Amino acid sequence: MRQALNEAMAEEMRRDPSVFLMGEEVAEYQGAYKVSEGLLQEFGTDRVVDTPITEHGFAGLGVGAAFGGLRPIVEFMTFNFAMQGIDHIVNSAAKTLYMAGGQMPCPIVFRGPNGAAARVAAQHSQDYAAWYAHVPSVKVVQPYSAADAKGLLKSAIRDDNPVIVLENEVLYGHSFEVPDLEDFTVPLGRARIWREGADVTLVSFGIGMSHTLEAAGILADSGIEAEVVDLRTLRPMDTETVVNSVRKTNRCVTVEEGWPVCSIGNHVGSVLMNEAFDWLDAPVINCTGKDVPMPYAANLERLALVTPAEIVEAVRAVTYSSTT
Amino acid sequence: MPTTVLMPALSPTMTDGNLAKWHVKEGDSVSSGDLLAEIETDKAIMEFEAVEDGVVGKLLVAEGDANIAVNQPIAILLADGEDEGDLAVAPEPEPRPVPPSQPSGAETVQVTAEAAAPVPETQPTPVAPSMPSASGERIFSSPLARRLARENNLALADIAGSGPGGRIIKRDIERTLQDPPVRAVEPPARPAAEEWRTVAEMFADREFEEIPLDGMRRTIAARLVEAKRTIPHFYLRRNILLDEVVQLRSQINDALLPRGLKVSINDFIIRASALALQQVPDANSVWAHDRIIRLKPSDVAVAVAVDGGLYTPVIRDAHEKSLAALSEEMKALADKARARRLKPEEYTGGSFSISNLGMYGIENFDAVINPPHGSILAVGAGRRVPVEAADGTAEFRTAISVTLSCDHRVIDGALGARFLAEIARHLESPISLLL
Repeated sequence: MRQALNEAMAEEMRRDPSVFLMGEEVAEYQGAYKVSEGLLQEFGTDRVVDTPITEHGFAGLGVGAAFGGLRPIVEFMTFNFAMQGIDHIVNSAAKTLYMAGGQMPCPIVFRGPNGAAARVAAQHSQDYAAWYAHVPSVKVVQPYSAADAKGLLKSAIRDDNPVIVLENEVLYGHSFEVPDLEDFTVPLGRARIWREGADVTLVSFGIGMSHTLEAAGILADSGIEAEVVDLRTLRPMDTETVVNSVRKTNRCVTVEEGWPVCSIGNHVGSVLMNEAFDWLDAPVINCTGKDVPMPYAANLERLALVTPAEIVEAVRAVTYSSTT
Repeated sequence: MPTTVLMPALSPTMTDGNLAKWHVKEGDSVSSGDLLAEIETDKAIMEFEAVEDGVVGKLLVAEGDANIAVNQPIAILLADGEDEGDLAVAPEPEPRPVPPSQPSGAETVQVTAEAAAPVPETQPTPVAPSMPSASGERIFSSPLARRLARENNLALADIAGSGPGGRIIKRDIERTLQDPPVRAVEPPARPAAEEWRTVAEMFADREFEEIPLDGMRRTIAARLVEAKRTIPHFYLRRNILLDEVVQLRSQINDALLPRGLKVSINDFIIRASALALQQVPDANSVWAHDRIIRLKPSDVAVAVAVDGGLYTPVIRDAHEKSLAALSEEMKALADKARARRLKPEEYTGGSFSISNLGMYGIENFDAVINPPHGSILAVGAGRRVPVEAADGTAEFRTAISVTLSCDHRVIDGALGARFLAEIARHLESPISLLL
């Protein structure tokens, strides 16, 4: 995963001299999570820039650079720290094109790990998927696989609008197949069907996908074939793929690590109510993280996140199959 | 706060009614018990009284308005110290089910003071009804199941739900499609609103007038169609000799002369039937969908023709009433019927009816059972008929021809015959009617 993100940035920096990377420890230290390893050596200090420890400051610098015609990649050591810079993301990056009558685009990427890692407690474990997906005129991607991470990040860098790339620290070390193509991109706004099934649609994204795929495996052992949809992009969301899947399976469970209130799953449920009501054989269930600040204790942290067992239970409820 | 007066349900079957007459006008003060209006139900015109004191702020329906739904607001009553400016804050009544039958029309005014929303100028937009079962309970079903049922012409009421709380889900529909229920949804009938035209077109070149149906005509039409379509009728006919009744009647009427009373042949028939129902208790029964209800008392309904239709007031406990008492009660009920002043409890119930067309010279006819009754006795005119006397010669006697129409679900042939024989025995030896 690390390598995929690293390749995406390197390829785009080679391709377009206006692309540059800035953030805390991205240059000399080679990245807090080694995602920017080797970039300083290849592209030099003009294009790989270490910043002071002030997200509010360098997020604003990045937005200004984008207004000025460059294509910055702003790395946050984690999106938990980006709350300091959220005014620049939402008020400046997202809204200026609209407020300037279409005359001032902001081609910028904000990227970095998002959500819970391992025992970093309440302030450093938050999932911002629903926060950013809420905002009109930003694009939000949250990849699960390395291939999608690479392809989506390349598309994000090329996009003329602000794109928020929500990565995950736990997934950084996971290995996935990545297509060996000269210029592999994944279009923004398109979901991916990971496995096909006729009995229930599981909708997830990012790290939620690993719990979902694990649950789908357990369900298959008991004869329930789940169709697993990876949203990949949260805004604009590919609801068409979800709706078509649910029209086939008649049931839907959503999975995410974020909090339950005003979640991505809530929105998916709302879309299904409007566009697939007559195809629903059961209420849509949202499996989410628990409605609490993340506990520090490892056992409690495990329980606070969404678990495959909860997903299996939700699927049994919507498919009206008794627990074995 | 002003209170909203709602259209009352004056009988168990009433869903709408006509406002026959307002007895108050806007600005009138009313006290609890004052007559507010006369309301024509499907059967009768009934009086409708106020249950609260106040001033009539606004009449929401006009005199003569027809088909006003039960629980529709019909007037707004202002409390002391309120004026027209307060009308806008009259509470909108909470929707409520049609209340059960009220023993007296006087107590059925409905007011609510709890709700806070103003009365809207227009009625709320009607929404598609949720799916009630035959018993009126909500059927729970998934949206998919409803769509599949609709597409496959299945009635949800026929399908057992296997989901939580009995929710009907996709697999229940699939199961039903493999093993269909007996009854499927009937195709929607052509709207009645249009069907009359096909009839009117036949007479397009003839002079005619259209007569709108009043509540009574609609009720007669609906109930008799139901009766003829669903009740398996059979008919038992015989003559009953009436010489002794005629003779006894004249003696009784002589005796009653000082009291200003006069019993009729019909009163004898009511009394004979009431006793026969006691002696053949199986005949004192009504059909109730999946069971039979057998009554203990003899409650006898008697058809009374009125302008524009007929009523069947019921004499309750007729077996316990003397001829004179029956005669008095019958006269009172017939007068009320003709004035359309019968109360619901005076024309509902009973297991048996009598319809007498003898006064019109009809010799014999077959009557249609009045649901849910088990039988009806049709009585023809008294005639002088030749009868073989004990010595083998012919003699002329007074006789009536009667037909007992029976609901075969309740009364079989032999049972009906025994019941009719009992009626005949009492009339031919009428001394038993005096006991």
